[in-house]
Amino acid sequence: MLRVLLLTLSVVAIAHAELCKPDAQNAFKVRLSIKTALGDNAYAWDANEEYLFKAMVAFALRRYSNKSTTQISDVLLCNATDRVSFWFVVTDSSKNMTTVPGSEVEAAIRMNRNRINSAFLLNDKTLQFLKITSTLSPPVEPSTPVWLIVFGVVLCLIVAGIVFLVVAGIQQRKKKNKESTERENLEEKGEVTVAVENGIPCETLDLKAGHINGVFAADDERFTSL
Amino acid sequence: AMEKSRPLWDNPLQFVFACISYAVGLGNVWRFPYLCQMYGGGGFLIPYFIMLIAEGMPLLYLELAVGQRMRQGSIGAWKIISPYLCGVGVASVVVSFFLSMYYNVINAWAFWYLFHSFQDPLPWATCPLNSNRTGYEEECEKTSSTQYFWYRQTLNISPSLDASGRVQWEQALCLTLAWLVVYLCILRGTESTGKVVYVTASLPYCVLIIYLIRGLTLHGAVNGLIYMFTPKLEQLSNPKTWISAATQIFFSLGLGFGSLIAFASYNEPNNNCERHAIIVSLINSATSIFASIVTFSIYGFKATFNYESCINKVILLLMNTFDLEEGSLTADNLNEMKDYLMATHPQEYAQLAPQLKNCSLEAELDTGGGGGGGGAFIVYSEAIKNMEVPQLYSVLYFVMLLMLGIGSMLGNTAAILTPLTDSRVIAARFPKEVISGAVCFINCVIGLIFTMEAGNYWFDIFNDYAATLSLLLIVLVETIAVCYIYGIRRFEKELHTMVGRKPNWYWKIMWAFASPLLIISLFIFYLTDYILTGTLQYQAWDATQGQLVTKDYPGYALAVIGLLVASSTMCIPLGALGTFIRKRLKSERVSTI
Repeated sequence: MLRVLLLTLSVVAIAHAELCKPDAQNAFKVRLSIKTALGDNAYAWDANEEYLFKAMVAFALRRYSNKSTTQISDVLLCNATDRVSFWFVVTDSSKNMTTVPGSEVEAAIRMNRNRINSAFLLNDKTLQFLKITSTLSPPVEPSTPVWLIVFGVVLCLIVAGIVFLVVAGIQQRKKKNKESTERENLEEKGEVTVAVENGIPCETLDLKAGHINGVFAADDERFTSL
Repeated sequence: AMEKSRPLWDNPLQFVFACISYAVGLGNVWRFPYLCQMYGGGGFLIPYFIMLIAEGMPLLYLELAVGQRMRQGSIGAWKIISPYLCGVGVASVVVSFFLSMYYNVINAWAFWYLFHSFQDPLPWATCPLNSNRTGYEEECEKTSSTQYFWYRQTLNISPSLDASGRVQWEQALCLTLAWLVVYLCILRGTESTGKVVYVTASLPYCVLIIYLIRGLTLHGAVNGLIYMFTPKLEQLSNPKTWISAATQIFFSLGLGFGSLIAFASYNEPNNNCERHAIIVSLINSATSIFASIVTFSIYGFKATFNYESCINKVILLLMNTFDLEEGSLTADNLNEMKDYLMATHPQEYAQLAPQLKNCSLEAELDTGGGGGGGGAFIVYSEAIKNMEVPQLYSVLYFVMLLMLGIGSMLGNTAAILTPLTDSRVIAARFPKEVISGAVCFINCVIGLIFTMEAGNYWFDIFNDYAATLSLLLIVLVETIAVCYIYGIRRFEKELHTMVGRKPNWYWKIMWAFASPLLIISLFIFYLTDYILTGTLQYQAWDATQGQLVTKDYPGYALAVIGLLVASSTMCIPLGALGTFIRKRLKSERVSTI
């Protein structure tokens, strides 16, 4: 009895060794970077964690193929290293000594990648399935690019400034023209004589804080009275 | 007729700020630190200061004095000095025109980066995904995400000058905005420019101080500062060091464009331009040094960050290949572990060897990103993306670049507009708003060339050749004209009337001997350099390799270069010839009567 048991166990062990080895058919390498992800809160990778891993893979296959025949014991792990990395393969319990096709395993894991990652508190980068590429999520893009909005705001401000300055300049020039035409009209009518010195009206000279020289201003006393 | 008085600055401070705003530009923040790094670190300051005293200050004082005395833009001012020199003024205007054509593109890029700074994460922080979302874009993988953002998403650069490509509408929009901003600032002449320069001169200093505090507290900043300031005095024997120092002072102050003459022409006649010349040149150089402290802290941070990432990548690669425990490989024991692994697993190690890059902090510090325009954008954006709250620093930096660029553009456009508004032919017919608008519009349309896919290559052509040789010739003629044609005694007397005292022997010796000699030697150096290197080459971006490759300029590009240099330099002899012929004709007409 004992001998039969030992014999079956060794057969099973050899069979498993045949199915699960590096680069075997339908086998995948997994690599975890727990210390990088969690730092001080890192947990040690031991047999319990391996059990959880097997459970997650079985769960993924069950969810994917919707049949509840995959068992935890169907998932075989081997060649675990200190890194932490190991190979795994899923055997098909219905057919003896065969493995579930790699494409099915890949699809199942892709579908449930998020759940598997969260079970281990890791992400796509720190829990790597080496042959299974993950679909990277694109960054969220708003419908109008942000830069166009900012550009529009700045453009409106600048154009408003230009229009304001141009219009103010035109108004200023119109006022100046009106003043000068008014003065010209008055000059023509001879009502107002504008004293001009070197082409500059004396009024502006006075306004520019000019000084009146008293010697020349009091010119009625310059001439001796008749 | 009523005399229209010349517009003036509201106070001398506006004039000083305008000069500082014009002189302090991208060159101080970017090119000077790059030169410092290339030519001996702290030792570069020695030739720099010697050149400042030998050519910077004297030539600056000369231009300001000419502008303030003649009270005209460059064309009018040189015509007064001697009628044969009207070509000098025209050459200045032509060079300023070329400069304003391409310089505003830098402002367009600054706007582009500024508008893209309002996102989280910054768009140049990560690579975009490829079409089937399994990884990153191939081109981005080969180079870094910041270089990809610059070369592909900003410039959309073509592989060579020949492949012109289409106008990039996003860049065209930014360029239009940049010209509208410039128009807004120059629209009312000194009235508006005088107020704007308060902002454009002072804001960059505020940002630089913030960056100084931030930069010095970054991890690894000290590495950059040590690298920059350790003097490598052996570089002093390299003639290129002295040439670069002289060139940097020359172009940093913006001599020869006519902008300084234009600014000074709006001064009161008794303004103390001697004091202002000394102040502006000292502030310009001090800003260069201050900015290089900031830039080198940022450099050091970026280099240290890249170096540590490189080391981490090597560690990860070794850990994954040999399935070693996490944490067993650190930066400290990396070398010993590498030797150990090489000894114990020679075959696998040999297979891995091509991927194991030798990470070196020195090499990272050496990659400056190039002295060209792109360097300023690439290096700083790379450093910013690794800081905390990167959006804030990004906005600050690009607003500062904008202020620097717009300040310089104000000077450039003043150099073009002042002669135009002085000339009675044009100014009588059109108000100055229309003239400024026309100049901005023409420049904007021509500037669209630089927004094409090959635009950056044309930009480099203009940047390297449009101003360099011509300016040297213009300033040389200016100095010789003032000293020997106008006469240094006469000039002395004018300065005595204006400033209140005669220039002392330092100024006179520099004007009469030192500066012309320096410029002649610079000129000879450039010419021999062009002749010796034979054909001219440029750096083209190769998207398949993800790096720059050197190519020869095609024939028509060389023709354009020749045209650029000739069109400004030929103005000088042609102007003299034209005046000579006109005088001959006049005297003949008089004699025949």
